[in-house]
Amino acid sequence: MIFLPESNPGTPPMSDSPWSLLPAASANAQSLDNLYIFCWSLIAVGLVAAIGAQIYFMLKYKKPAHGHNKTSPLTHSGKLEFWWSAIPTVGFVILFAWGEIDYMKQVTPPADAIDVRITGQKWFWTAEYPDVPGAQLNNQLIVPVGRPMRLTMTSTDVIHSFFIPVFRLKKDVVPGRYTVMWFEAIKEGEYPLFCTEYCGDQHSGMIGKVLVVSADKYLEILKEAARLEFDPAKGDKTMADFGKRVYDARGCATCHSLDGSAKTGPSFKGVYGKTESIIGGSTITVEDNYIRESVLEPNAKVVQGFSPQMPSFAGQLDDKQITALIEFIKAQK
Amino acid sequence: MSTQPASTSINPFDENRETDYLRAKKGLMSWLVTVDHKRLGVMYGLAVLFFFLIAGLLAILLRTELFTPDQDFMSAQTYNQVFTLHGAIMVFLFIIPSVPAAMGNFLLPLMLGAKDVAFPRLNLLSFYIYSVASVFFIAALLNGGLDTGWTFYTPYSTQSGTAVVTATAGAFIAGFSSILTGLNFIVTVHKMRAPGMTWNRMPLFVWAIYATAVIQVLATPVLAITLLLIIIERVLGIGIFDPAMGGDPVLFQHFFWFYSHPAVYIMILPGFGIISELITVHSRKHIFGYKAIALSSVAIAVISFLVWGHHLFVSGQSELVGILFSFLTFAVGVPTAIKVFSWIATLYRGSIVYNTSMWYAMAFLWTFSVGGLTGLPLSTLAIDVHLHDTYFVVAHFHYVMVGGTVVAFIGGIHHWWGKITGKMFNETAGKIGCLLVFIGFNVTFMTQFFLGHQGMPRRYYAYLPEYQTMHQVSTVGSWILAAGLFWIMIYLIASLFNKSRAPANPWGGVSLEWHTQSPPIEHNFHETPHVHGSPYDFPEIDKSAGFHAPH
Repeated sequence: MIFLPESNPGTPPMSDSPWSLLPAASANAQSLDNLYIFCWSLIAVGLVAAIGAQIYFMLKYKKPAHGHNKTSPLTHSGKLEFWWSAIPTVGFVILFAWGEIDYMKQVTPPADAIDVRITGQKWFWTAEYPDVPGAQLNNQLIVPVGRPMRLTMTSTDVIHSFFIPVFRLKKDVVPGRYTVMWFEAIKEGEYPLFCTEYCGDQHSGMIGKVLVVSADKYLEILKEAARLEFDPAKGDKTMADFGKRVYDARGCATCHSLDGSAKTGPSFKGVYGKTESIIGGSTITVEDNYIRESVLEPNAKVVQGFSPQMPSFAGQLDDKQITALIEFIKAQK
Repeated sequence: MSTQPASTSINPFDENRETDYLRAKKGLMSWLVTVDHKRLGVMYGLAVLFFFLIAGLLAILLRTELFTPDQDFMSAQTYNQVFTLHGAIMVFLFIIPSVPAAMGNFLLPLMLGAKDVAFPRLNLLSFYIYSVASVFFIAALLNGGLDTGWTFYTPYSTQSGTAVVTATAGAFIAGFSSILTGLNFIVTVHKMRAPGMTWNRMPLFVWAIYATAVIQVLATPVLAITLLLIIIERVLGIGIFDPAMGGDPVLFQHFFWFYSHPAVYIMILPGFGIISELITVHSRKHIFGYKAIALSSVAIAVISFLVWGHHLFVSGQSELVGILFSFLTFAVGVPTAIKVFSWIATLYRGSIVYNTSMWYAMAFLWTFSVGGLTGLPLSTLAIDVHLHDTYFVVAHFHYVMVGGTVVAFIGGIHHWWGKITGKMFNETAGKIGCLLVFIGFNVTFMTQFFLGHQGMPRRYYAYLPEYQTMHQVSTVGSWILAAGLFWIMIYLIASLFNKSRAPANPWGGVSLEWHTQSPPIEHNFHETPHVHGSPYDFPEIDKSAGFHAPH
């Protein structure tokens, strides 16, 4: 996992040139870029024609120093008005039709697509692969090259929107219903994914990455990424190292910083062993049982100055992972 | 508008100036209970400019926070509240009432040759309803803020712990002010036109205000109902939009945009009206395509009710519905294009005077054209899927709302400043202000188109470091824009202390507001004017070559 600034956990870089188009990592993106460039060509023609005429008239018909010239008595011209209504209309119809044709491709998934279930939640994404037992990823989507994928998405709280810029695709993720989006990746790499429907405090942090891998290695990589257990091969020397991987993989960083700055939840820095007052008046000491309870039943005891916003991770983290997480928090001095 | 247009050189009121509306009555009470449309226009003007200042300062805070990718001086919660209040105040308290309520009130009766609007007391009531709404917004600000975005999307707004009820109540109340003003203006236009002023002899500003008023009356009730439903859901716990209570969150978006899309035209149509007046007077030409411009306002007003679904292209609404809305959205482009072309054609063989208000009109043609044309990729379904809810959209609507309406509004303030205040401002200072605003505005928002197509989502207080350069350019632009606006505020206030008085007709206008002294007397005209021709029949027009003004 690439290490990135805390406000943007786990996201790979985007292009930093304003002029370049983003990488086109799906068939849809390639087709769309042609339309986008065509659309801008029309805009350029329109803008140059209109503003060009404006500037020409502005210079040519400036009031002379000696006083006003006689001005033209022209008040209208049916012919001119017809043409400048008709020509843009033709342009609009072409844009509409092309956009409609591409859109229908965007929204019609092929029958053999691989299914993925996406759940949006304040403020992380969960991807589950029904065909691969136990495969569940947070803020990460693993995708094989050249195989269509169908995402069936829903939210457990407010509306989110699932946006993968390199695929030029987004769709709102709405509580109480399913929305569908599909794509076929054509280029291996790591790309960002964003939430683009405002969803509260850490909306800006609800971002993750899309990992496009070769079709041969896809299942292997997916299973490996989904396997979250102590593994010296992944660099786990201590339990706290494994806890760090749990912290990264489950999106804890969105709300809990490691540098002492308060985000939506308390920072983990120096929190272990601290005595905190909680909402309702009493005080608690941050130790193993409190952390465990806060993972499974987060809103039972909320530290003062914070609001009860954290979702429960019961069923998402097993005992070993929780223990490792506690060790990791303990190590943040 | 009379057969002998008023001449610029002779000002019959200079020698023998009568008591104007500002001095007709004295004391605070004379303002608080006034039913004079001009005084109400001024009061609205001060109120909307106050909220423009507040919401503008909030914008500067936002842009400054975005100078670096990480959190700087605002927490996520604060940032979310600041962008929400920036949007809500700008939309509900500034831009919707800006041109119609402030300038419309002042100018409409003058342009029609009337003594006042049809229902002066209702007009006063509208102002107080607007004031009450403002108090609600200020209360929301002080009472926990608001973090839902100005769009109040459900179920976030149902669940948010901030002052959603207070703020929605404010928007609900502001709506009534808008409806009553609209109603008042519709009746005024139908019933109060001076003898001889046929529909085709009305200034285009009046047409624009008329089309706007129709939208205000028809669309605003839907917003009122929608906001009321949110309040009911939050206060009584009846499930309407929140799926946790059995509601439908997308239904809210349909209701909300059924009003708020037409509201976009409530914001921009009056700006169109101002531009038509500015371009004709300062180029000494009859407007090109009077009927096309007037009727395209009406066409835009009608179609604007049928395009709300383009805000829902990625919401999960059915594909067929998306396609229909995409088509209808393109349809709005046609009357809009007709307007822009007609304004440019008006310059043809004119005799153009470049004073401050004309500078704004010329700046508007650029900023509004960019705003309108960048609507094309957003109307194109497949492209919108990529650009939706990114900075591209932010840039697009700021080009329309600020580059369109606000630029026109400021241009209008300069054009009618002498008429409203009786003082003239310094032209050089005015041009410097216009230049700062134009440069600052384009630097701020042009960058955001690039950010948008690079995938930068809206409403992020922290962002990927790759976007930093463009964000910094945009932020510097916003500082230039702010400097320009402060500069304008300073010299306009300074002009009030000017000793010399504004002439009745400094620009040689023909429409009726120029036929009374500056500032006008309390009842506008001594005798009801009689209208014999077009409001754009300037003496410089070459009549020998066959001039056919519409009759």
